[in-house]
Amino acid sequence: MKSIFLATYLAVKEVIRNKGRFFLVALVIALITVLVLFIAALGEGLSDANRQYVANLDAQLIVFLEKSDYSITASRLETNTVKAVRRVDGVADAGPIYTSNSEIVSLPEPLKISMLGVEAERPGMPPLLEGRYFRGGEAREAVMDMSVALRTDLKVGDEIEIRSTQGTEDEFYTLKIVGLVDEQAYFFQPTIFVPAATWELARPQSESELNSDTPYPNIIAVKLNDPTQVEEMRLRLQNQVSNIEAADIETTINNIPGYTAQQGTVQTQGVFTLLIGILVIGGFFQIQILQKVPQIGVLKAIGSSNFVVGLSAVIQIIVVTAMGVGIGAALNYLFSLGLPPTIPLEFNGTRSLIAIVLLLFIGPLGGMVSIIYAVRIEPLKALRLG
Amino acid sequence: MNSVALEVRDLVKSFALDGATINAVDGVSFQVKSGEFVALVGPSGSGKTTMLSILAALLTPTSGQVLIDGQDLAQMNEKRRVKLRREKIGFTFQSNNLIPYLSARENVEFMLRLNNRLDRAGRVRSDELLARLGLMDRLHSLPAQMSGGQQQRVAIARALIHNPAVVLADEPTASLDTERAFQVVETFAHLIHENDRAGIMVTHDLRMCQFVDRVLQMQDGKLVRIYDSKQEIMELAQGTLKH
Repeated sequence: MKSIFLATYLAVKEVIRNKGRFFLVALVIALITVLVLFIAALGEGLSDANRQYVANLDAQLIVFLEKSDYSITASRLETNTVKAVRRVDGVADAGPIYTSNSEIVSLPEPLKISMLGVEAERPGMPPLLEGRYFRGGEAREAVMDMSVALRTDLKVGDEIEIRSTQGTEDEFYTLKIVGLVDEQAYFFQPTIFVPAATWELARPQSESELNSDTPYPNIIAVKLNDPTQVEEMRLRLQNQVSNIEAADIETTINNIPGYTAQQGTVQTQGVFTLLIGILVIGGFFQIQILQKVPQIGVLKAIGSSNFVVGLSAVIQIIVVTAMGVGIGAALNYLFSLGLPPTIPLEFNGTRSLIAIVLLLFIGPLGGMVSIIYAVRIEPLKALRLG
Repeated sequence: MNSVALEVRDLVKSFALDGATINAVDGVSFQVKSGEFVALVGPSGSGKTTMLSILAALLTPTSGQVLIDGQDLAQMNEKRRVKLRREKIGFTFQSNNLIPYLSARENVEFMLRLNNRLDRAGRVRSDELLARLGLMDRLHSLPAQMSGGQQQRVAIARALIHNPAVVLADEPTASLDTERAFQVVETFAHLIHENDRAGIMVTHDLRMCQFVDRVLQMQDGKLVRIYDSKQEIMELAQGTLKH
């Protein structure tokens, strides 16, 4: 215990008496922290913008068209598949999901959106934050995601006009916003939810599709009686319902076009930034230890143990790293306050927390070599020998 | 009669160099009593610093014995040697003497911290010692804010504060001008005598010998001559000694 107090005393005194030097190092660590957290937030933000709707589904399995490779856009199911899925033993409920893009034009700046057709109070329809669900049939009603509300001044009760290109013509549809949901961004776009028939009416269509008024769901969200039986139910669904393949939520997310590649890129950037941090911190502390060789020699010569010298270096590195990470995290927080919602940065995600924990480790990791070096310094250095 | 604080018996330290064996210290024996201040002199390469390193328990001898306060260094493992340095030995070095981020007072008190003896009485003693050395107005100064002479005086206080059996000084005046060098060694000698410690000073500056009780002259690793009469020592210091 005495050694720990002694090491802490030496470490803290040196930091206090060399505030400028250590503050500069802390500032470098802070900038690395800003960069790492920025990349983590970008990863989280991009990930959320891409998969939020699918990740938050109240379902355990997703049914796709057979051989669609779990691609939502490539999958188009028969309308009667939904009923077939609901009849399978072990399925609590199933809801069709229809996906397309659209554009709200009744705003000062048109807003591109994801328009999802779902059935109210079925899997696929998120829980309401405010308002009510739309009525069925061709009701000209929509539930909007908070991501739409944050980018516009729209609120429940307002009307929006959307534009769809159908054949060679632009068609305009007016929808009344009746409800609000949260965290439902899909494919990098803010989302509105509409009834299936309205979706079929208002979605962009090619010339050949105009003759049909039957909506074909892209996928079906399946809620199970026993959420732990995912794999068994996946196989059962594939056996009992023809022309389908089923996947769990994670597989579905990983097969969203570009998702895995994008996340891999962002994570690689994050890892390299951490490595750069380790090298920078390691370099600084190594230079500092080299400058302190005679001083450490004196400390050892007058009776300080290797444990005290090594622990003092460790404490110093931890203190400076913690200061740097603290400053960096605070800068990030301030930074996040001024960001518009259109930039996909998510600072309060688990990735940011993991990044902060990793950043706290890079100091001691980077300083490892210098700590070992400090412990190996011979006290004879104090006497010009060794 | 003062007790023997340091005893060296037939000490040898050999180094291998280009296949040959060189005896940096070659069969040296001597004693230093409490309250006695001894100078170790000799030309460069005579083995003074190697000898001091062995006495400081920083270097293990090839053969022979070193006893500090009755404890045989050869019988100690590294942990016990560190403890011995902390408790029984006081040091001043030629340069980089003080811990640069501790004030004068903190540097002196650090020896008490190391020995787990920093209490109110220790603090008072530390301030008194620094006051005796004329550093009362420098208690809160960092080493970089003090002159070389002031730094050496702080080092002397640090070397004595924990009442070690032996105080070792490695060229304590090397970086000082003549006037300050005399002041520092005179003060050092005075405190060694007053506190009844055994002091050994390695120096290449024979003028500093006027303050010591005995001079041990080394050459080629051997102890070639001992000056123990005051007259001889003064003549050696003044450069008038006839060989």
